[in-house]
Amino acid sequence: MKIALFIPCYIDQFYPQVGVATLELLERLGCTVEYPEGQTCCGQPMANTGCEQDAIPTYKHYVNTFSGYDYVVTPSGSCAYHVRKHYDVIEQSPAVKQLRKRTLDLSEFLLDVLKVDELKARFPAKVGVHQSCHGLRGLRLGPGSERNIEAPSAIHTLLNMVDGVEIAGLDRADECCGFGGTFAINEPDISVKMGKDRIADHTRSGVEVITAGDMSCLMHLEGILRRQGSPVQVKHIAEILNSQA
Amino acid sequence: MNEHATKAAAFIKDEARTDWHDESLWFVRSKRDKAAHSIPEWEQLRELASQIKDHTLAHLDEYLEAFEAKAQENGVTVHWAADAGEHNRIVYRILSEHKAHRIVKSKSMLTEECGLNEYLEEKDLEVIDTDLGERIIQLREEPPSHIVMPAIHLKKEEVGELFHQKLQTEKGATDPKYLTEAARQHLRHSFLKADAAITGVNFAIAETGGVVVCTNEGNADMGTHLAPLQIHCMGIEKILPKAEHLGVFTRLLARSATGQPSTIFTSHHHKAKKGGAMHIVIVDNGRTTQLGRPDFRNSLKCIRCGACMNTCPIYRRSGGHSYDSTVPGPIGSILTPGIDLKKYSGLPFASTLCGSCSDVCPVKIDIHEQLYKWRQIIAEEGHLPAVKKQSMAIAGSVLSRPGWYKAAGKSARWLTRWLPRPLVYNPLNTWGRDRELPESPKQSFQEWYHKNRPAS
Amino acid sequence: MSKEKILSGIKAAKPADKPLPEIPAFVVEGPPASEIFGSIAAQSGSRVVRASDFEDLATAVHTLFPYDITIATPLPSLKSAVNLQEVEPADLKTIDVAVLPGQPGVAENGAVWVTEQDCVHRVLPFIAQHLVLVLPEARIVRNMHEAYQQIKIDETGFGVFIAGPSKTADIEQSLVIGAQGARSLTIILT
Repeated sequence: MKIALFIPCYIDQFYPQVGVATLELLERLGCTVEYPEGQTCCGQPMANTGCEQDAIPTYKHYVNTFSGYDYVVTPSGSCAYHVRKHYDVIEQSPAVKQLRKRTLDLSEFLLDVLKVDELKARFPAKVGVHQSCHGLRGLRLGPGSERNIEAPSAIHTLLNMVDGVEIAGLDRADECCGFGGTFAINEPDISVKMGKDRIADHTRSGVEVITAGDMSCLMHLEGILRRQGSPVQVKHIAEILNSQA
Repeated sequence: MNEHATKAAAFIKDEARTDWHDESLWFVRSKRDKAAHSIPEWEQLRELASQIKDHTLAHLDEYLEAFEAKAQENGVTVHWAADAGEHNRIVYRILSEHKAHRIVKSKSMLTEECGLNEYLEEKDLEVIDTDLGERIIQLREEPPSHIVMPAIHLKKEEVGELFHQKLQTEKGATDPKYLTEAARQHLRHSFLKADAAITGVNFAIAETGGVVVCTNEGNADMGTHLAPLQIHCMGIEKILPKAEHLGVFTRLLARSATGQPSTIFTSHHHKAKKGGAMHIVIVDNGRTTQLGRPDFRNSLKCIRCGACMNTCPIYRRSGGHSYDSTVPGPIGSILTPGIDLKKYSGLPFASTLCGSCSDVCPVKIDIHEQLYKWRQIIAEEGHLPAVKKQSMAIAGSVLSRPGWYKAAGKSARWLTRWLPRPLVYNPLNTWGRDRELPESPKQSFQEWYHKNRPAS
Repeated sequence: MSKEKILSGIKAAKPADKPLPEIPAFVVEGPPASEIFGSIAAQSGSRVVRASDFEDLATAVHTLFPYDITIATPLPSLKSAVNLQEVEPADLKTIDVAVLPGQPGVAENGAVWVTEQDCVHRVLPFIAQHLVLVLPEARIVRNMHEAYQQIKIDETGFGVFIAGPSKTADIEQSLVIGAQGARSLTIILT
C-alpha cells in the first residue's frame, strides 16, 4: 500500500504536533508513509467563502501532489470531506476520481483500511469528545444524534482502545462548535457563543481534555478556553491515540 | 458585517435571553429526536417522502392539472396566481364578490410571503390571525420569528402585558392557561362573526382535489366551518399525488415539527359546506424559477415543519427576526437568495455548514449543500464584500504555490510570536476579540519532518 | 393567463422523471393496536374509557360529565338538546358536550377519523366545549398508512383526524389544553 500523509495547512503551521502524532501512530501500526513535498492545502478556506474559482489552482496542486497513492491519510475530517465532496467541480480525470475515493480521514483509515481493533496507548484523563461536523455528518464517521440509525462512532471506538481514557457524558452529543471556517470571522459573536456553550457542556461533566478529529474545532475552542484562563486542554485524537503516557 | 451578523450580534448581547431562546428550541429538537427514535422505520419514511416529492416535482404540471380538475368536479373554484400581487388581488376579489369584511385566517406562510394581511387591511378589511402565536405577533405588529411557533421569541410576561393592553386581561397576569383562555374567548367572537376564513394548505391531493390543513388549536376549523366562504392558499409545491401518500407525510410532519405523533387536527377539505363556497388559490411566486435550478430545486420539497430551525445552532442563538425573511433559518437561507440574491446574500453565510438541518429534514433536502452552492453564486455575482473577495484571491494564489505558502506561514508564525500583544490583538483582528490565537510553534510540521525524517 | 404561464413554466423547468416509490406495509411485532391506542391517546390528553364499563351511552356521558350539560349528538341512543337537522351551525356555540361516532381509530397517534356525515355540522366537534367520540375498538388500526387504506378521504366533503383535545404551547412553550377547539376529548371504546 502506498500511503501519503496530507497535513492540512493550519496543522502544518500551528499544530505540527498533530502531524507528528499522526505520522508516528501510522508508523507504529506498520505503515510506510510518504509525506509528499510541496503539499499545501485542500482549498477549503477559499471554497467555503464562496470563492471556489480561486480554490481551483489549489485543488489542482493537491491532485498533482497526491496522484499515484493508494490512500491519502489526513488528520482532518473536513479536508477529507472537502476533497471527496467538492472536488466535483474540476475535471474528473482518473487521478481526481481516485483521490476523491481514497482521501481518508485518519479515523476512517485506521478502522476501515487498517482494521485496527487494539492500540498500545495510554492516556489517563477524563476526555470530552467533540464530534466535528464535517467528519460526523459529512463523512458519516458516526450515526449522529439526528438520525435513527445504528452505526458505530469512529472516534468513540478508537478512544475506547486507549488505556485510562474516561469518556465524559455530554448534554448535547454533537452540536457544532461554531468555527465553520469563514463563519468564525463573519459572525464572530455567534461563533464564540457556540464555542462557549460547547465548553460549558464539557466543563459541567468535569472534562480535562477535549478531543476531536478536526483541529479547526479545537483551535476555536482552545482560543476561548485560553481566553477564559481555563485549565481544560485540547488534543487532537491522533495525539491521544499516539500517547504512551 | 452582513445584516444577519449585525442583527445576530444585537440579539446575542442579552446572553441570558439567548440561552433561554436556545434552550427552548433545543427542547423542541429533543422532542423530535425522541419521536424519530420511537419509529424504527423513521429513516425509511424520510426516504419515501423524499422520493414522493422528487417524483411529484418531475410531474408537477400534470398533478396540478389533475388536482384542479378534481376540485372543480367537487364544485370548488380554483384560481392561479403567478405572483404575490396577483394572489392578493385574487383573494380580495373573492372576498369582495362575497361582500366579506371580517376575515379570520389560520397560519399560512404563503400569505405572509405575499403580504396578504397588509394588502387587505389597506382595503379596509378586518383580518384576524387565529393561531394563538400568530395572533400574538399580529397584536404586537411584528412578523413571526418561527414558521411553526411564531411567538417563540417572547416571554410570557411580554404576552401578558400585550394581552393586558389589547385584550384587557389583568395587569401582571402571566399564567399561560389564563392568557390562552382570554385568547380563546376573544377569538371565539371573531370566528362567530367572520364572513370568510382563509387558510394555508399543508398538502393538496391530486387524486381527490382536496386540501389538508393541520393544526393543534382547531382554529383553522373554527374558521372554515363557521364562515360561509373558505379560501385555501397554496404554493404549487404543496401537491402530493395520492391520498395514500398522506400516510407517509402525516407520520413525519408533526414528529419533525414538535415531536408529537400527529397534529391534533388533520382536516381534509373537499367540498364547500352546505350553503357555503370553497375557493383554492394556487400560487407560483418564484417557485417555477426555483424548480428550474437543478442545484436548488430540492428546496421545493419543504413541508414547512421547522425542524431545521429548531436544530440550527445559529438560528437558536440569533432568532428568526435576524434573517429578515418570511421563512427564516436554514430553509429560508436557501429559498430567499433565489428570490433576491443581493438582499439575502448574507444568509447562506449565517451557517457553519454543520449539516444538522439536512439530517432532521423529513424530506431529506440537502440544505447544507445548497448553502455551500449559494455561496459560490453569491461570490460569482459579486455580492461578497470587496475585502473578502480580494483576500480569497490572495489566499488562492498563496495556497497553490508551495514556496509562497511556506513563506507566508513562516512569517505569520514569526509575527504572532514576536509582535507585541496589543498589535496582534488589534481591532481588525476579529478572531482575537474573544479568542486567543493559536500558539506559534518554532517549526512547522514540514520543518520538523525534514529534520527528523531525512530524505531517503 | 396565469394558469397557462405557470404550467408552461413548470413544463420548461421540471426535472427528469423519478419513479414513485412503493409504500411498504411496515409490519410490526408488538401489542395489539387497541392497547397502544389507549396509552398514546392518553399522552395526548385524551380520556379513553370502555363502553362496557357503563350501562349505556347516556349513563356513560352523564358519569363522565357529572354536572348539568347541553348535549348535541346524531346518535339515536342519546338525547340531543338540539335537532342537528334544524339547528344553525353558529347556534352550536352553546353546546357543552358533542357526542359523535368516528372510525377508524389510529393507534400510533390516538386519532379518530370523523366525517361530515358523522358530525352533521362540520363545526360541531370544534365548537362544543367538550368532545366525546364513540369508536368501535375493532376498528383501531396500527398506523396512518392503514388508516388511509381504510378510508376514502373524499367520500364526504369534509373529514378530520382528531387526535386529542385542542391545545397550544405558543406562550413560552407552556402546554395549555383547550385552545380554540374542544377543551377535552373523551373516547368511548365499544
